[in-house]
Amino acid sequence: MSTTYDATVASVTHSVPQAGDGDDAPRPTHPRQTTRSRPGAGADAPVRADAVDLASTQPAAPSSAGRPVNAGPGVTRGGTTGRTTSSASLPVPVPPTGPAAADAPRLSDVDEWGRSERVRSLARRLYDPVYRYWFRVEWEGLERIPRTGGALLVANHAGAIPPDAPVIMHGIERELGRPVYGLADSFFRTVPVVGTLWSRTGGVPAHPDNAYRLLHDRQELALVFPEGTKGPSKRYADRYRLRRFGRGGFVEIAMRAGVPVIPIAVVGAEEAMPVLFRSYHLARALRLPYFPVTANMLAFGPLLGAVTYFPAKLRLRVLEPVTFDVEPGLERYSKSRVMDEAEQVRSRLQDALHDVLRERRSVVFG
Amino acid sequence: MAQAFEGQPSVELVLGMGTGEPKVPLERTEFVRADQTYSILNRIVRATRVDTVVHTFLVTNSSSVTRRALHEVNVIGTLNLLAAAGAAGTSVRHVVVKSSTHVYGSSPRDPAWFDEGAHRNAPVTTQLERSLLEVESLVDDFAEDNPHVAVTVLRFANVLGSDIVTPISTDLRRRLLPAIAGYDPLVQFVEEDDVVRSLEHVTLNRIAGRFNVAGAGKLPWSEVAHLAGAHLLPLSPIAPRLTCAPLLRLARLELPAELEALARYGRGVDTSRLLQTGFSYRYTTAGTVRSFARANNLRRSVGEGPVYRYERDLEQFFRHSRAVTREGE
Repeated sequence: MSTTYDATVASVTHSVPQAGDGDDAPRPTHPRQTTRSRPGAGADAPVRADAVDLASTQPAAPSSAGRPVNAGPGVTRGGTTGRTTSSASLPVPVPPTGPAAADAPRLSDVDEWGRSERVRSLARRLYDPVYRYWFRVEWEGLERIPRTGGALLVANHAGAIPPDAPVIMHGIERELGRPVYGLADSFFRTVPVVGTLWSRTGGVPAHPDNAYRLLHDRQELALVFPEGTKGPSKRYADRYRLRRFGRGGFVEIAMRAGVPVIPIAVVGAEEAMPVLFRSYHLARALRLPYFPVTANMLAFGPLLGAVTYFPAKLRLRVLEPVTFDVEPGLERYSKSRVMDEAEQVRSRLQDALHDVLRERRSVVFG
Repeated sequence: MAQAFEGQPSVELVLGMGTGEPKVPLERTEFVRADQTYSILNRIVRATRVDTVVHTFLVTNSSSVTRRALHEVNVIGTLNLLAAAGAAGTSVRHVVVKSSTHVYGSSPRDPAWFDEGAHRNAPVTTQLERSLLEVESLVDDFAEDNPHVAVTVLRFANVLGSDIVTPISTDLRRRLLPAIAGYDPLVQFVEEDDVVRSLEHVTLNRIAGRFNVAGAGKLPWSEVAHLAGAHLLPLSPIAPRLTCAPLLRLARLELPAELEALARYGRGVDTSRLLQTGFSYRYTTAGTVRSFARANNLRRSVGEGPVYRYERDLEQFFRHSRAVTREGE
C-alpha cells in the first residue's frame, strides 16, 4: 500500500468507528467490498482518486475546521449528512489504540480457566474437615515440591470415585499455599453441574495444550494421573498394582515445558472406596467410562454408598523430582525415550507404593 | 467496512457489492448489487482490475437463512469469488476471508485455547459448520494454487455490537438468554468495531495467514447474561433444542444448532498471532458485552436510531452530476 500521503491522512481519515461513538455511529454492514490500492504516487485515475487528491491539496485541514471538508464526491457545498460533516471537520487523527477496555468491570471472579476463587475458598472450607478428620492425611517429602516454577505432579489413581485428586490439590495448597491445577478426563465436562463445579474449583480438561500453557507459560503446578480411568476402575483385587501409564504423554509434556515430573505415591485411596466389580452394560447405557459396584454401596446402600468413603488413612509420599535432560519446546520427542522415562517413573512409583505399604499396619489407623 | 476504507487515502477505489442496498452512508464507495451467489463478480474484477478482495459475506449464524441459502451463499458464493480472484491474468493480489471460530467446533475434549493450527475435536454436525469448513478448504486450495496471491483468513469469535444482529444479541435484547441447565461454559466475544478494524488492519498491511480474532479473556455464559441485564433461561440438558423448541418459539428466542454445543462446552481461541502482527483490540470480551449492554440501554430508551436509506438516484446525482460543485477542484 502506498504510504506517500501518510502525513495528511489525519485530515481525512475519519471513518474508522471510534470507541466513544459506538452508540450512534452507523456501522458498515456491507456484505462485500473490493478495494483497489493506489499503485504509487501518480494519479492514474483522476475520477477515482478524489480522496487522495483532496488530501494532498489540502494539507491544512485544521484551518478549514469550520467548513465541512469532504473527502467524497457525493457531497455538496455547505454540509450534508451530519456524521460526515462533523467528523471530517475534526482534524483529529485516529488515536492509537491501547488496552482501553482492559479492565471492564466483571460480575463474577471466574478466570479464563474457569476457576473462581470464591467457589474455591468455599469448597476448601467445606473439604478441610474431610481432609483432616476423615482421611487424616499425612504427607512425606513435601519439601520436594518446588515453591516456585512449574512442575508436573504424577500420582497413582484409585478408588471408584478417586479421593486422591482433591486430597493432593487441597493438601498442597494447604501446606505450601500453592494452587494445583488438576488435569481431568474430559468426561467430567459432560456431566451437568459436576463439570461446572469441577472447573470452578480448579479442574482443567486434560489436553496437552492446556498442560503446556499451565506448566510453561504460567509456571503452575499441574496434577495428572497417567493411569487415567484405568486406575479407579480396577477392582480391589488389583489394588496398588499400577496400570499402564497411557502412552507416556505426561513425560512428553514435561519435556516440552521444561519442568520436572514429581511422582506422588498415594496409599489409602484404594481402601476408601474399593471396587468389587464393574458393570460394562450399565456403563455403556449411562455413557460412563465405567460403572463400579463398590463395597461402600453394599455397606451404606446404593445412594449414600455412592458418595461416602470408608475412613481409610491416606498417606502420601512425594518422590524425588525427575528432570529430563532434553531441549524444551520441541514439537516431538523420541518415542522410545519418552516410553522409557514413563516406565521408569512408573516403576519408581510402584516401588514407593510397596514401600509405604510395607510400613502400614492398619488401613484405618495407618 | 467500506466506511473504514474510505477514510484511507492510500485506497484509491472502494467497490462494494451486496445483495441488498447499503445500510450506511457511503461517500466514495461504488456500489453494485449482486445476486446471492455473486456470479457477477468475475466480470467486475476483470473490468475494474481491483487488487484486493475482502470477502465478508459468509453467513455465520444459521437462524437467519434457510439451509439451502446457507449453502448457496457460503459455498457457491465463495467458489465464485475465488474463481474471479484466480482467473487467468487476474489483477487480484490479496484475498481476505471473514470466517468464524465455529470451525473449531465445541466439545468436552477441546483445549482451553485453540490456536490457528489446532484440529477440531467435535464431529461436524451442523450445516453451518460444514459449510464454513468447506469454505476454508476452498480457500486453502486457492492459496495453494495461487501462490502469488496473499490469502488471509480471519476467524472471528461470536460478534456483539450495537448494530449487528446475531442470535445471542437477539436473545440478550429480549433479556432472556437460553442456557443449558448445569452447564456454564466460558465464551469469548469480539466487538463489531474490532471486526472492522481487524479486517482493515490485515487488508491495508497486506498480512497473509490465518488468524483468530476474539476479545481478550473469557466470560462464563451466565455472566454474559448478567452483564447484559438479561436472565438465564435454563433448558433441559438432554436434547435442549428439541424439547424446548416451543418455549424458545414462544419467547421469540434463538438458539441455532451451532450455539448448542457452545452453550455446553464453550470455546476459547488464542489470539496471540494477530496481536503479533501489530493489531490491538479496543475491547476485551467483558468490554464487548459491557458496551453492548450500554448500547442496548440507550436503544431501550430512545428506540432505533435514524435509519439510513440508500437512494440510488440521489447518490448518482451527488456523485456524478455536473451541478454539484466539489471542494478542492
